[in-house]
Amino acid sequence: MAIEVRIPTILRNLTDGAKAVDGKGGTLDELFADLEARHPGLRARLVDEKGLRRFVNVYLNDEDVRFLGGLGTVVADGDTVTVLPAVAGG
Amino acid sequence: MLTITQALVDQMVAHARADHPDEACGVIAGTYGSDRPERFVAMTNAERSPTFYRFDSLEQLKVWREMDDRDEEPVVIYHSHTATEAYPSRTDIAYASEPNAHYVLVSTRDPEHAELRSYRILDGEVTEEEVVISGSVM
Repeated sequence: MAIEVRIPTILRNLTDGAKAVDGKGGTLDELFADLEARHPGLRARLVDEKGLRRFVNVYLNDEDVRFLGGLGTVVADGDTVTVLPAVAGG
Repeated sequence: MLTITQALVDQMVAHARADHPDEACGVIAGTYGSDRPERFVAMTNAERSPTFYRFDSLEQLKVWREMDDRDEEPVVIYHSHTATEAYPSRTDIAYASEPNAHYVLVSTRDPEHAELRSYRILDGEVTEEEVVISGSVM
């Protein structure tokens, strides 16, 4: 088992076009580090020095991780993590 | 070029008028790869602001999953400007993140006449495109 991570269109150039990739880790932070090993450049699109990027939404199953523990959110095999760019502007 | 029915144009304008003076926002889904907007989905502006919009994150997840299940994509992403022209702002350009979408702007600054224009926004570059009203829904 692994954690499935669903990748939005705009980031699929970093996953060879794949809509979903598998990863592992005990927290979201570890999961992103694991993905970075196989998909270089992906982590920087999700995280900056302050944590999760403000205009990227990351969901653990049906919850926005901002309302869980951010990058420290605990993840486990069988979970699905979904990444969606926020739709926003002025 | 954006080809769209008059009914969908009317729905975007009606939503923008209803939420004025706050910005209204939403998406029109269409079959993946068809470039044809079909299914109108008004979204909640989580910012409830006259100068900013952001889709509510949980609502976005639900709607994006629905589109996935139906083999759809966001063909149109629309929002309103309530005091300025229907042209993408600096933040609109900075946060545009759906490379296949037509970004539609509706201006409600004139209470009589709504201005509606469409753009492609890719890598920080804005290209305005023609809006063609199609006769009927296929």
